[in-house]
Amino acid sequence: MFNRLHPQGPLPEPRQPLVITGTAKSVDLPGTMISEKTVHTLHPKQHIMIRLLKYVLLDILKNRMMVFYTLFLLAVSFGLFTMSGDPVKGLASLLNIVLMVTPLLSIIFATIYFYNSYEFIELLSSQPIRRNTILFSQYFGLCISLLLSLLLGVGIPVLIFAPLKQGLILLAAAGGLTMSFVSLALLSALLTRDKARGIGLSILLWFYFTILYDALMLMVMFAFIDYPMESTTMLMLSLNPIDLARVVVLLQLDISALMGYTGAMMQDILGKSWGVMAATGIMILWIVLPLAIAVRKFKRRDL
Amino acid sequence: MISVENINKSFGRIKVLDQLSLELGGGRSVALIGPNGSGKTTLIKCLLGLAIPDSGSIRVNGIEVKGAWQYRSNIGYMPQIGRYPDNITVMQLLEMIREIRKGTYDHMDEDLLEAFQVRNFGNKTMRSLSGGTRQKVSACLAFLFDPQILILDEPTAGLDPVSVEILKEKVKEEQRKGKLILITSHILSDLEDLAEEVIFINEGRMVFFKTVDQLKNETGSVNLSKAIAMIMQEQNMLS
Repeated sequence: MFNRLHPQGPLPEPRQPLVITGTAKSVDLPGTMISEKTVHTLHPKQHIMIRLLKYVLLDILKNRMMVFYTLFLLAVSFGLFTMSGDPVKGLASLLNIVLMVTPLLSIIFATIYFYNSYEFIELLSSQPIRRNTILFSQYFGLCISLLLSLLLGVGIPVLIFAPLKQGLILLAAAGGLTMSFVSLALLSALLTRDKARGIGLSILLWFYFTILYDALMLMVMFAFIDYPMESTTMLMLSLNPIDLARVVVLLQLDISALMGYTGAMMQDILGKSWGVMAATGIMILWIVLPLAIAVRKFKRRDL
Repeated sequence: MISVENINKSFGRIKVLDQLSLELGGGRSVALIGPNGSGKTTLIKCLLGLAIPDSGSIRVNGIEVKGAWQYRSNIGYMPQIGRYPDNITVMQLLEMIREIRKGTYDHMDEDLLEAFQVRNFGNKTMRSLSGGTRQKVSACLAFLFDPQILILDEPTAGLDPVSVEILKEKVKEEQRKGKLILITSHILSDLEDLAEEVIFINEGRMVFFKTVDQLKNETGSVNLSKAIAMIMQEQNMLS
């Protein structure tokens, strides 16, 4: 099937082409001389993925935005911990900031980055690479660099000031949110070809999950104030990754008593280890589902 | 090497490819011509899997293109407008593609790299290159891995006369090696030197697929440009 056609038939003319000289193979490394037949079996996609990821990561880490993001997180974390005095209080205030900023920056940065890499993606698509590999290298490149910023900017202060367990849970929640909002970013970037619209959609998604959803939830709870709402509340919480992350971390801070009946009920469910596991599962769904839809869209896309 | 069967492609309501079928073998150099918007680039993008046909099948070396990716290691593609990441330098770009294609090629063909003296501007970023220089890089990439099939979309547009000659020589040399060469261009005099056969498409349909000699005989003209112009006038394609 892959027989290479050698000049057996019409031989090249004796006259050498004018300018074309040299058969330098200096760039070629030993060990790449593989015969055509074995070519396609010797093409582990994981390796290609890692090779690609390297280029994407190098490109993102050069971005000034990542430096600003890290420095901002560092400043806010150090500021909150030193000002509040009490580490748990500091952690609670940090939680509020992180739950606002991390999703916002993740979704906007990832959307813009994806649109700006369009040329790169186009170039790669004409090479022998799976489309999945291309999209995943973008996804993981974005996730790894954003998580790195989070780890440096929030992780270090938390390790210094806050109790270990609660601090780690805050980090995990913020990390989950980062990954989920990068998924959402790719999805919105693939839903529309227009960059301005795509970024608009991303901001709208963030606005919905951060502000609109809570307002809607309050309205529902207010309307049905006479009925038992515990299970509905739990369901509604799991439909918003930010709320889910917030509740899981708050419950670890032992201030659920401030949240009344609902708090007690949540403590009853999410305070237990299976509850935390369920929350983790839902968070993973929030990462995987948007990404899966994005992959489907990307595979069918005309570049 | 390439067989296309009844492919259709629409962008919204506009039908770009309409029941198009083709059969192309090795050692041939085929010119793909047609008026603007006739579907040439879309056809090429379908061959590369960059665009996905609505229906029909495309096979490259017997492999159905849909969902496949390995077959692209047999294709060198020079796009109409080479779009590359802005901040990468020329040598970094070549190195990157080489690393990505590692294991899928026999040896590298650096003839064009030498002939265009790419190493002289190897440290410049892609953003800073002129259109023609960018075309040179695109050409190098297309030929670099010694692929069986070369797809060149408007290869000579924007190149200086010396570079055009270098590229033409290279294309001829590769054709003699038994490669399949598919070229689109509006510069018919360039095609005259390069192509032995002509596929003419219009509104996404194939109008004819003939050899250059056949065309000249039929129209009684001396060169390809006149022959094509006559056919286009006959068919009222210019109006």
